[in-house]
Amino acid sequence: MTVAYFAVLAALTFAAYAVAVRRSSAIAVAGPVRLHSLPAYHGLLAASVVLVPMLLIYLIGSQLVTTLATSNALSQFPADVQSDVMKSGSALRDVRNLAAGQHSGDASPVLTSAAATYSAWLERGTYAIYGAGILAAFLGLAMSLASIKPSFRARTHFESVVNIVLMACAGVAILTTIGIVASVFTETMRFFFDPAIKGRPGVLEFLFGTEWNPQQAMRADQGDIKSAYGFIPLLTGTLLITFIAICVAGPLGLLSAIYLAEYATPKMRKYAKPVLEILAGIPTVVLGFFAALTVAPLVRGAGASIGLDVASESALAAGLVMGMMIIPFISSLSDDVINAVPQSLRDGAFALGATKSETIKQVVLPAALPGIVSAFMLAISRAIGETMIVVMAAGLAANLTINPLDAVTTITVQIKTILVGDQEFDSAKTLAAFALGFVLFFVTLILNFIAQRFVRKYREQYD
Amino acid sequence: MDMTVANRIEAERLAPVTTAAKPAKVTAKDVNVYYGEKHALKHVNVDIPDRGVMSFIGPSGCGKSTFLRCINRMNDTISSCKVTGLITIDNQDIYDPALDVVQLRARVGMVFQKPNPFPKSIYDNVAYGPRIHGLANNKSELDQIVTASLEKAGLWGEVKDRLQDSGTGLSGGQQQRLCIARAIAVNPEVILMDEPCSALDPIATAKIETLIDDLRSNYCIIIVTHSMQQAARVSQRTAFFHLGTLVEEGPTEQIFSMPHDQRTQDYITGRFG
Repeated sequence: MTVAYFAVLAALTFAAYAVAVRRSSAIAVAGPVRLHSLPAYHGLLAASVVLVPMLLIYLIGSQLVTTLATSNALSQFPADVQSDVMKSGSALRDVRNLAAGQHSGDASPVLTSAAATYSAWLERGTYAIYGAGILAAFLGLAMSLASIKPSFRARTHFESVVNIVLMACAGVAILTTIGIVASVFTETMRFFFDPAIKGRPGVLEFLFGTEWNPQQAMRADQGDIKSAYGFIPLLTGTLLITFIAICVAGPLGLLSAIYLAEYATPKMRKYAKPVLEILAGIPTVVLGFFAALTVAPLVRGAGASIGLDVASESALAAGLVMGMMIIPFISSLSDDVINAVPQSLRDGAFALGATKSETIKQVVLPAALPGIVSAFMLAISRAIGETMIVVMAAGLAANLTINPLDAVTTITVQIKTILVGDQEFDSAKTLAAFALGFVLFFVTLILNFIAQRFVRKYREQYD
Repeated sequence: MDMTVANRIEAERLAPVTTAAKPAKVTAKDVNVYYGEKHALKHVNVDIPDRGVMSFIGPSGCGKSTFLRCINRMNDTISSCKVTGLITIDNQDIYDPALDVVQLRARVGMVFQKPNPFPKSIYDNVAYGPRIHGLANNKSELDQIVTASLEKAGLWGEVKDRLQDSGTGLSGGQQQRLCIARAIAVNPEVILMDEPCSALDPIATAKIETLIDDLRSNYCIIIVTHSMQQAARVSQRTAFFHLGTLVEEGPTEQIFSMPHDQRTQDYITGRFG
């Protein structure tokens, strides 16, 4: 049925376009007056007047119908089922399964009748949507055909359609972001303040605690296991690995960008840049086992040869490989911004007798600074958010240390560890993942803010 | 660059007998410039006197800017560009491999078509050249150089209270005078100007022209311009370029009143270009 609706939608849209184009062309040929807008604009306007309402009615209507069908089906269950979130959720699943014909076992009379109500509402609602959609389409078509006159400014009106469509696309992205943040925020609040959650830490305990051990008693006789949700070891681990990664990628990336942009011949650049960007295309899981199986033993061996005791899973190994991973972000973006610095600035410095390296250091790089800082910020965000490399190479031990030779763990690794396997969403352990996610988001936000302040203070704006 | 002994002798044979009254500051002998296969400048011979303004005029693409950029070797930055022939400043071959191009550019300043101040403060713009060449031993010497250069460029009065503001915040004409101050600050002997007023309004243009007139008693100034009125106003000698050749060169009055060559006549009367 849905397919049929969209087939009708497509057909009506094309038909509207064709009819409107023909109508307006006919006027243009026959009449003595010139059309304000070209026939194609009349066609586009008619098509959008058909397409947009049909789509909107479908999207909004199907939400509405599902809500209505659900509440009507639920109202047939006893009051205790309706009031309990868990029970009503499971009842609804049964209703939907039965309505779809996938219910196993015998169904109770209440369930059968609820499922029948659900199906009936859904069916009626769907027909109503289709009817309303097609009606709206024909109304829109009739209106737009009636408005085809030489003086009608279809070209101007189409601009507002474009405006609305673009705004809607931007809106989807923004609303999604807000939605994600809001959902993470709600769960985080539950983690900290919901009295039903056992073993939850206080906010201060979470933010400043130095022990991370999210163990949970699984059986009654394990009741004395004490879990700890101190966030500090994870933060230091994350920052340590990110710091190592930036120490590797910062100089290498920026210097290779300068080479590519200023020194390399065009031919060299043509081949070298894509090769460098391939590095960004290597899946991080591949880099992860490269880190664990190749780099970590190398680091350990190198450490042993100079008498250092290196853990087999070390922050250094993970940081080095992560640094390799983010080189292309820094080099490619910095290369672009360095190239965007006007040649006239370089000429000005050359004409004063500056050498090439003086020109780059004193004129080109300061002018490109905002872009270079953005490149670094993107790279840092990637490094902070990176999971696979750290899972494989840095380990899970939440050590509070700044020694790069020790095993550490990061925020993302703990989120992943907590959420792998079966979950119950009313335990402190699971909700801790949301709290971690929220703090991670906050850390990145602060870093971005600092970077923007930095750029505003030191930027040298050309042109 | 590609100067063999034979070339050099040939160049000297082709050189015209110099008629300039003053001793030549810059001399070109049989200069050719190629961009890849394109022969952009053909057998240019000219003597440019010290302490005066020489203007290069001619239609677009005639090679006048190309020739200008040979004099401080800015063409070196274009990899496909090849220069042959002899260009000397004070009888020193500037394409001599032993010559340091960085030192040359300190002696030959340049002002560009579009004002290109660095995105730094007004002070740092002017101090840039003195700093990289180590012309000042301390802060007060540097202050003196900056002040003197801005004064010479006629900009001091307008910017003395805001030396730490960005140079890119000035108006177009002020920016161009800042670029001139920046060039003067390294104490050059020759100043090249590549259509310095083409991006400016008439008032700013008038200021720059007055400035050029003030500067000519101390420098050898070479200016490329599209405006024949400007050439007539500011220069003492004029050279007319056409299709990559230097057609005619002489005192400005003579070029504009009784040119020897028909092409010059056609150009200055507006028949082409």
